[in-house]
Amino acid sequence: MARKASNTRKAVVTIAAWSIGFLIFFPILWIIILGFKSEGDAIKTPLQVLFSSWTLDSYYDVQARSNYARHFWNSVILSVGSTVLALAIAIPAAWSMAFVPGKRTKDLLMWMLSTKMMPAVGVLVPMYLLFRDFGLLDSRIGLVGVLTLINLPIVVWMLYTYFKEIPGEILEAARMDGASLKSEILYVLTPMAVPGIASTMLLNIILAWNEAFWTLQLTTSQAAPLTQFIASYSSPEGLFYAKLSAASTMAIAPILILGWFSQKQLVRGLTFGAVK
Amino acid sequence: MTLTLRALLGATVSLTLAGATMAETTITVATVNNGDMIRMQGLMDDFYAKNPDIKVEWVTLEENVLRQRVTTDIATKGGQFDVLTIGTYEVPIWGKQGWLVSLNDLPAEYDVDDLLPAIRGGLTVDGELFAAPFYGESSMVMYRKDLMEAAGLTMPDAPTWDEIKTAAAAMTDKSAEQYGICLRGKAGWGENMAFLTAMSNSYGARWFDENWKPQFDSEAWKATLTDYLALMNDYGPPGAANNGFNENLSLFQQGKCGMWIDATVAASFVTNPTDSSVADKVGFALAPDTGKGKRGNWLWAWSLGIPAGTQKVDAAKAFVAWATSKEYLEVVAAKEGWANVPPGTRASLYANPEYQKVPFAQMTLDSINSANPNEPTVDPVPYVGVQFVAIPEFQGLGTAVGQQFSAALAGTMTAEAALAAAQTLVTTEMTRSGYIK
Repeated sequence: MARKASNTRKAVVTIAAWSIGFLIFFPILWIIILGFKSEGDAIKTPLQVLFSSWTLDSYYDVQARSNYARHFWNSVILSVGSTVLALAIAIPAAWSMAFVPGKRTKDLLMWMLSTKMMPAVGVLVPMYLLFRDFGLLDSRIGLVGVLTLINLPIVVWMLYTYFKEIPGEILEAARMDGASLKSEILYVLTPMAVPGIASTMLLNIILAWNEAFWTLQLTTSQAAPLTQFIASYSSPEGLFYAKLSAASTMAIAPILILGWFSQKQLVRGLTFGAVK
Repeated sequence: MTLTLRALLGATVSLTLAGATMAETTITVATVNNGDMIRMQGLMDDFYAKNPDIKVEWVTLEENVLRQRVTTDIATKGGQFDVLTIGTYEVPIWGKQGWLVSLNDLPAEYDVDDLLPAIRGGLTVDGELFAAPFYGESSMVMYRKDLMEAAGLTMPDAPTWDEIKTAAAAMTDKSAEQYGICLRGKAGWGENMAFLTAMSNSYGARWFDENWKPQFDSEAWKATLTDYLALMNDYGPPGAANNGFNENLSLFQQGKCGMWIDATVAASFVTNPTDSSVADKVGFALAPDTGKGKRGNWLWAWSLGIPAGTQKVDAAKAFVAWATSKEYLEVVAAKEGWANVPPGTRASLYANPEYQKVPFAQMTLDSINSANPNEPTVDPVPYVGVQFVAIPEFQGLGTAVGQQFSAALAGTMTAEAALAAAQTLVTTEMTRSGYIK
């Protein structure tokens, strides 16, 4: 009886989990479907959309109109570049906050997080003027810097949380064995925090890949990533859903694939501590 | 040895000079994603053949993203763009600010006098033309001829709002998902407020009196909003408060709307048999009026302007002159047919017998000609603009008022409450901005 109840419960939970998962994934699925429809069919009712003919026309149109490769390459450089830079700054910072905290460490952490609460548009004009004066408009270097800075608070916080769960005694033991600070961070701390660093890295890549305010405001053509590629297919007047969906699918596909292959590390990093 | 050196030196100088003469100027054009603009990107061979030393780099963005992007760039003199696609809302404001290069010196063969007066007037500030119109539009009534015939009605070429109401009632059959009229309801200065401001002009309403005092407490605005809500509640589709251009286009193409009053550019979509199930059943009429001398249609032109900060004025002017020329219209007609020519900018296009065969050509011209951005309302106003007020504050104000009116359509507030809220918020903002002393 108990086994039966347990099985029923398991089935209900499984169905509920799949349903919620499907619900969350549905908008992406619908975008993928619309990308294979004609513009005329894409605006019909959902049932009519499903049973209308399939076509690759939107993909051909998008390929013919836009330089996907250039946008894609810019996205890769911006997301990977800003992630590497953020980790290079955040690992020592988080180590210091976790293992040698000062009186103001908590305040500092809160202040870092509070910068995320400010609407980006609030600093658009000063930022734009800085970029103009330093000749950084439409440059990948400038954007890597901005993306690093806007994601840095999250990276530091995540790493700080992982590092906090590593027993200080392990590092102490390393120090007693004569490890220098560099060796301690590189050969003791980092290997133990690999799951946490990996998940932080993946999350940061996703955040940088999807960032759509600064990447649209500070680029024109040479440094424009996939966010601008998508934005060029939207319009308040006209038929564009199919092409927009095709462009969106092409833009999110790389990050979806990356997420699919690294989901184990991502979930493990997000749900477990460093040494559990 | 000396000879060899001289020869090398000579060759280097020649190469440098050749390089200089062949130097390519690259201009960056910021543009919106609409059919006519995208078509132009595919027809650039003609421009390159005539201007081999100019290369064009395109930045295509969604309208509102583009507006924010180019506003930031031009206000900070960022110099990222050499040609901007801007509308009749921006040109008077930016022209006055000195942000745009005057186009009064375009060559004689450009024939600036051929531009439609209403459109040209909207792009001119103190006698200076600050942008060249690429494509112009107004709004008009698109209706189902078959449903009108079945109801025993005839649509006049220039209907009144009462006639529209009668037709909407006759064509509505909600049980069959057949709605007499589809209008914009989605909140936004370029969404429901474009329609409602134009409609209010025909009712004798205005946004401000000559002293910039908001007029939402007037009888004319009350009549406008009351009639709009009655039309939509009685004969409109469900959930209309979320409908903009694209949603209504979809409904009309599926045969669910008896009438749709919206941009003239929609005519090419609803008459295209590939996408529209009612392509051969659509008739056109001027936007309605109430006999007060103004019709409820708007006026808009996507135009090409040159920011004052660009270092490539000559190349930018060459591009603007080509893209908005009579010759460009012929290039489009030769490759894509006359129905795909960007409409609403030149009188010569409407005099062309080939273009006159396009079913919506004459009605588009009549609609554009019946709007006057410099005298948009029955009573005098201190502003320019038919469906907008050409002041920098209008984007925010228009959207805030649009949210009130959209809420009234959704049924969460009454027409009176929406108008009172609009009056309060516009008065507050205009006082804060210094218009009201």
